[in-house]
Amino acid sequence: MRPAVTPPVNRYGHVGLFLAGAAALQLATAATGKAFLLTQLTMSAYYTLAVVGISLLMGYAGQISLGHAGFFAVGGYGSAVLTTLDLTPWRAQPLVAVAGRLGLLLAHADPYGGELLVVQPAAAGLLAVLLAMALAFLIGIPVLKLKGHYLAMATLGVGTIVYSIALGTQWLGAADGIAAVPPFPLPLGAEVSGRAAGRVTNYYVAVALLAAAMLLLLNLVQSRVGRALRAIHGAEDAASAMGVDTADLKLKTFVLSAALAAVAGVFLTHYNGGIGPSEASVMKSVKYMAIVAVGGMGSLWGTLGMSLTLNFLSLRGYFGIYDDAVFGLILVGMMLFAPQGLLALEPRRALAALRLRLRPAPEEPR
Amino acid sequence: MTPFLEVSGVSKRFGGVQAVSGVSFRLGQGMIKAVIGPNGAGKTTLFNMVSGFAAPDRGTITFGGHPIHGQKPHQVAARGISRTFQNIRLFEHLSALENVMVGRHLRSRAGFLAGMLDLGRARREAAAVRARSLEVMAFLGIEGLADAEATSLAYGQQRAVELARALASDPALVLLDEPAAGLNMRETRDLAGLITRVRDRGVTVLLVEHDMSLVMEICDEVLVLSYGEKIAEADPRTVQRDPQVVKVYLGEEEC
Repeated sequence: MRPAVTPPVNRYGHVGLFLAGAAALQLATAATGKAFLLTQLTMSAYYTLAVVGISLLMGYAGQISLGHAGFFAVGGYGSAVLTTLDLTPWRAQPLVAVAGRLGLLLAHADPYGGELLVVQPAAAGLLAVLLAMALAFLIGIPVLKLKGHYLAMATLGVGTIVYSIALGTQWLGAADGIAAVPPFPLPLGAEVSGRAAGRVTNYYVAVALLAAAMLLLLNLVQSRVGRALRAIHGAEDAASAMGVDTADLKLKTFVLSAALAAVAGVFLTHYNGGIGPSEASVMKSVKYMAIVAVGGMGSLWGTLGMSLTLNFLSLRGYFGIYDDAVFGLILVGMMLFAPQGLLALEPRRALAALRLRLRPAPEEPR
Repeated sequence: MTPFLEVSGVSKRFGGVQAVSGVSFRLGQGMIKAVIGPNGAGKTTLFNMVSGFAAPDRGTITFGGHPIHGQKPHQVAARGISRTFQNIRLFEHLSALENVMVGRHLRSRAGFLAGMLDLGRARREAAAVRARSLEVMAFLGIEGLADAEATSLAYGQQRAVELARALASDPALVLLDEPAAGLNMRETRDLAGLITRVRDRGVTVLLVEHDMSLVMEICDEVLVLSYGEKIAEADPRTVQRDPQVVKVYLGEEEC
């Protein structure tokens, strides 16, 4: 069992420590000439952004989701399409014209020397995230009435639909996905892109975004809403008897976690310069869930640490062709031996649990 | 006096079982009323209908003049009705104080954004919720349990925390589902004093109870159910002498 009482921790201090640790890691890679590792660390940080949102949903609101890769992909694809689709043929269309006058459009050269008229990355990203949130809201209303494995199956269905659409739609690039996604400009001349020159900057951008999201979530779980969410997780009927509108809070949490996944999708797509249908695959959702399970249901920091580590190892190819199998195994192992997460585990208790699992049940005396 | 809570002809059927049939009663403000009856008499179903956990098939329930039958539990709670559960339903992994603080959910406002941004407004509100929750716990004499994990407390203490949680919303009416279940004689006597003090603070009390000594000691009125029907409703002395009540209920224990 987790310790019951969340101690009155200094959340801001912890986030500061995290930032300091991330900076130390960057300096270490620079000192040892391994700056190339920052690429996978950056990608891992973006995936972790999605994972901590799922941690809120699963660990605090007690809702399971096997569809969050779908929301991630809606963010990524949304931004990719809007920033690569040439709007020149629709120039005269009122909507396009208005967007142009508002400065939301951007003309830039395509790789073949032509000129493209596309949506500004910032506007595209915002639209993509709003789209994912709207989708989560519409799906969440009926789906969140379900519980346990019914909810898991319904969200699995949602994820599968997004995956099938990404895979089967020609203008989404079908199996190839969308490439040549332009950089995402940031203030002070920085940009989210895969250019080697901006590697360190991009690492800090991802880390800062993750730190900001963590701070918001840590604040939330200690707030009135967070307390109500934990109450729903503990005893839903009693929470509603105390006036907690459980359906409303669950829906909002679902939308919030979808938004985080979509933001991650947007930035990772601009960082990678493209996105493919595998980002929407159910295996990705399973991976996210496995990481939340390892990190500990209801432990945002545990989930963050596990996610950064496991995603990094996975992206570096340490698990080879067994990557999916590794995460499947992790999920099975966690559910069997440590449903509360690895960090909640005491070694002695774990051994006892292991012995208990492996020993055949004693026969009933006749 | 206009009735505070008015239940008129409510019925509820579960499959082949008519759990409650055509029950009507009134409860005046500031009263303590008990619903008694043998097991399966429909007491808890009646409670669930008043608190929004079950919608009556027929009949109406009004509270302070507003119809509340068929509303969701959180809507009923927003009208000022709070409850405890027969099987204690405390929030796992939350401290006793946090449990009580959830009880104050309706008396606070901070939403997702205020919480995430840790706004000063949300902080001040949280501090007020905390202070008020500790006050309620002190009123029940359990402020010392504030930081304990609620579900790891002793049974009687859990009951007290649940009661504190129900009172934290400053309800107008509190429904207590078998508050003395599992308590020893001394604890039950303490509970009787406690419920009286709750009423003295202006909270109307409706309770389901098996412990007759408690019911006779503190209640202004008693409603007796048997097989889902009302068979008596009067003050404790009268009910005790009612031959029908003695037959279906008290008789089994006293003869």
